[in-house]
Amino acid sequence: MSRLPITKTPKCYVGGAFIRSESGRVAPLHDARGAFFANIPQCTRKDLRNAVEAAAKAGPGWAKRSAYNRGQILYRLAEMMEARSAELAEAIQIGGSTKADANHEVASSIERLIHYAGWTDKYEQLLGNVNPVASPHFNFTVTEPMGIIGVLTPEEAPLLALITLIAPAITCGNTVIALASESQPYPAIVLGEMLATSDLPGGVVNLLTGQRSELVPTFASHTHLRAISGVANADERKEIRLAAADSVKRVNLRKAEDPTDWPSPKLQGLSAIRELIEFKTTWHPIGA
Amino acid sequence: MPAASRPAKKTARPSSRELVFGDLWEFDPAPETADPKLKTKCDLFIHGQFVKPSAGKYFDSINPATETKLADIALATNTDVDLAYRSARKAYDSVWGRMPGAERGKYLFRIARLLQDHAREFAIAETLDGGKPIKESRDFDVPMAAAHFFYHAGWADKLEYVSPGRSVKPLGVVGQVIPWNFPLLMLAWKLAPALAMGNTVVIKPAETTSITALKFGEILQEAELPPGVVNIVSGAGETGAAVMGHPAAAKIAFTGSTEVGKIIMRSVAGTDKKVTMELGGKAANIVFDDAPLDQAVEGIVNGIFFNQGHVCCAGSRLLVQESITDAVLTKLKRRIEVLRVGDPMDKNTDLGAINSKEQLNKITELVESGVREGAELYQSPCRLPSKGFFFKPSVFSNVSMSHRVAREEIFGPVLSVLTFRTVDEAIEKANNTAYGLSAGVWTDKGSRILKMSTELKAGVVWANTYNKFDPTSPFGGYKESGFGREGGRQGLIDYCREE
Amino acid sequence: MSAAPQALRRLLSEIGTVDQVGIEERVAKYTTRSIKKKSKLFGLNLAVSMVDLTTLEGKDTPGKVASLCQKALLPHDQGDVPTVAAVCVYPAMVKHAAKYVKGTPVRIASVATAFPSGQAPLKTRLAEVRAAVADGADEIDMVINRGAFLSGQFSLMQDEIAQVVEACGNATLKVILETSELETYDNIRAASFLAMRVIRPGDFIKTSTGKTSSNATLGNNQVMLDAIRDFFLETGTAIAMKPAGGIRTAKQALHFLIAVKETLGDEWLNNQRYRFGASSLLNDLLRQLEKERTGAYQAPYYFSEAAEAY
Repeated sequence: MSRLPITKTPKCYVGGAFIRSESGRVAPLHDARGAFFANIPQCTRKDLRNAVEAAAKAGPGWAKRSAYNRGQILYRLAEMMEARSAELAEAIQIGGSTKADANHEVASSIERLIHYAGWTDKYEQLLGNVNPVASPHFNFTVTEPMGIIGVLTPEEAPLLALITLIAPAITCGNTVIALASESQPYPAIVLGEMLATSDLPGGVVNLLTGQRSELVPTFASHTHLRAISGVANADERKEIRLAAADSVKRVNLRKAEDPTDWPSPKLQGLSAIRELIEFKTTWHPIGA
Repeated sequence: MPAASRPAKKTARPSSRELVFGDLWEFDPAPETADPKLKTKCDLFIHGQFVKPSAGKYFDSINPATETKLADIALATNTDVDLAYRSARKAYDSVWGRMPGAERGKYLFRIARLLQDHAREFAIAETLDGGKPIKESRDFDVPMAAAHFFYHAGWADKLEYVSPGRSVKPLGVVGQVIPWNFPLLMLAWKLAPALAMGNTVVIKPAETTSITALKFGEILQEAELPPGVVNIVSGAGETGAAVMGHPAAAKIAFTGSTEVGKIIMRSVAGTDKKVTMELGGKAANIVFDDAPLDQAVEGIVNGIFFNQGHVCCAGSRLLVQESITDAVLTKLKRRIEVLRVGDPMDKNTDLGAINSKEQLNKITELVESGVREGAELYQSPCRLPSKGFFFKPSVFSNVSMSHRVAREEIFGPVLSVLTFRTVDEAIEKANNTAYGLSAGVWTDKGSRILKMSTELKAGVVWANTYNKFDPTSPFGGYKESGFGREGGRQGLIDYCREE
Repeated sequence: MSAAPQALRRLLSEIGTVDQVGIEERVAKYTTRSIKKKSKLFGLNLAVSMVDLTTLEGKDTPGKVASLCQKALLPHDQGDVPTVAAVCVYPAMVKHAAKYVKGTPVRIASVATAFPSGQAPLKTRLAEVRAAVADGADEIDMVINRGAFLSGQFSLMQDEIAQVVEACGNATLKVILETSELETYDNIRAASFLAMRVIRPGDFIKTSTGKTSSNATLGNNQVMLDAIRDFFLETGTAIAMKPAGGIRTAKQALHFLIAVKETLGDEWLNNQRYRFGASSLLNDLLRQLEKERTGAYQAPYYFSEAAEAY
């Protein structure tokens, strides 16, 4: 007699816990062949609000971790993903990717994390500096995280784009609320499970699933989110920039209508980190 | 003349323990008298020429210290702005964008040198037009403007070092709108990095302070800067909107109030323009009980009364540790007593005129609200001139965090004093604002300075000093004080795209 | 001495510290003041009346002192120039100076206490003070025991000053801190307070001997003025101030006076509360006064040269 399999209820990873939407709503997810796969939580603006609260709580502690420690934690996350790469690849394949493409996307995602794991203790040395001012003062510019970053992922590359957008943000001490690909949310669900077993403190990365059209306005208008990064179409970009003006939010969006080569190494590195930090300059007199 | 006689101890006069800052030795007027060579009619500077505004309209620029008219300033319409953009685009495509960096740098060096040559004229023009004390325009605004060109000139052929690992390219035409508090200096802050990077510019000075910007066109002519690289269009809000909204602007940069900044951000929401904003502030200047008090008081004074408090990074919220509040306030009032308020053209004037009637009204209204809300007002005993827009240096004590004078940017010589007991309380109060431009910390303890500097959510932290600026030092805000930096390597990044 | 840092730290935590860059920025503002016309005349005359006309050289003779005294009494034969505050000489010269200035408004100041080093037994130093007073000195310029201060022996330093005060009798005392040897503004502030606590109202604190590499500066003048102000407001005791050495031009002197005006106010703008220890300053003040009177720039040889002690 064959054993009845236990099906997994997909949940979102928010504040270090697995949640269903506060609304209780779900939407069925079908695989590429049209077969029912699972019910995906349809997060609401309240879920986003709760995620922001969680991120706000986690933020100061995460920003204060040493650069070395943040690097190790990112590396640990990569280790978790490597160990469960098959599961991630399967999750990607639900959206219709071939096995080879899915494997490639997982590998690229892991490489990208490793890349950023090595950035945590270096970007400061390249972005900050001492400024030779013309008065008897010691003057230096350092970077600081912006705070809570809203990440809007594209529909494609559901794991690699997500990692590409999250990794630079947490590398430099920000916390993130990311909205997963609406059509391919499952890799984000699986990633959440890996985040939970990595050493990343709860609340640093929060992953929401649901309808973009419902959530984008709240991403745009929530004044505690200090920046929005990711991918958006023309209407969304306008909507976001309009609402972002109210709290002078930083907006850095790629165009959904322009194709993005997600595996490209041009999408990773120092510039991506720089978009998500603030520069702080400190002056002090030199005297005895 | 006091003759030598027996020392005071012999008379054993009981002391009142008060210092007398009287008129025993009053200073005679020391007016700056050099000729600023002002035009009575200032035309737009487009494509390397001074041109009349297409609609033929002009508006008055007045001297805020005397309320007399200084000049007719051309009012640029959409047509003029469009002409300026076309000129800038042409200059970008044909000359400036493709010129080797070293050559661009040489033009900027020239501009720096010419500004130094004409420094006195510019200082006087700035003071006449804006009301700031001549010693500030002479010793700060103009030399610092020249320094910004000199600093950025040297970057023009070293741009491969701006962003490690990436090559940077200019954006194209940049639209810039600048405020009235440091008219020439803000122009320099905006132009120098944009030009060094290879962009061309359409810039609009503030309505009340256009004279030095348009006069700067003469410097550009003298420097033989190719036509169209810099276009200067004067006007009010409508002209500003045209400059910010023009479709040819690849990037816009604005310095001004947070309120207007938000309006501009909304107006370009549907475009791909890059944006940087340098907006308002309500900086906390935090004094701990171990601070060198006389220097802290000097920093407080410099923080709030520099340029009549018309400074976005002014230290307008003084946070004093409770145990020294009385000592600091006493010293502060004594220092304020010897500040000289009056004719901006007098070389001894410490505080000049408020920039405009409108601004004076705004300051007056906010100060009245402070009194109504129960804060305690101290004002300098100084006498104000009968004509012109002036406001006495003012200090509010017993201010609470909810008072308007503790939350709103006053942009005038008005200080609000709050107290704190612990480091954490100081941090919390300092950060409890939507602004995040600057902050000050005064303490003798090194590790506390670094702790405060780390915790304060502000783009510039002055520790045991205040209101210091340098071309090499990035300036700009957190939160609703804007984004992007001006000065230093970081300031250049905002004027390029990376490949 | 291990006691030094603790003692200084305790004192500084009581009286407060000084930030070097901050105070130098403050005093730089005095130099941008523009003093014209009547206010310039007033300032120049005031400065003349505050000069302690000084000669402190090994080669000083009664004859040199005599001409110094004549210059002090009649700085210039043109215009309405006040006399200087005092002549300042070595103890051996006091009796020679007395012949000329006793009974005039010009006072006799004598350096004493093994000036400039102070490196003689206390007994010797006190004897020197008494001798100078006996010979007619109205004022004694003493040096503090810098060694005691720098090694944290504050009470030793203060005891010695107190004994000099006693030896002075009715003579006014000026306590020279020798700021260049104290090096930091914190030390100057600390030494100012230590001295002020043992001297009498109307006694002076003074920057320098004029015999070391650096002398009065606007910076150390300001530290001491701030200290005098704080001490006055705390105790009601008004202490006077004398910068000495290095002030050679009328322009410099006006900068120092502006510092007094803006820090201590009108009550210190007289020669009972403020002096300049200087030799060549007087001639430049006179040149500038003549220029104001006549409208023409003046050649130096119109003015008898005073001693070039500093």
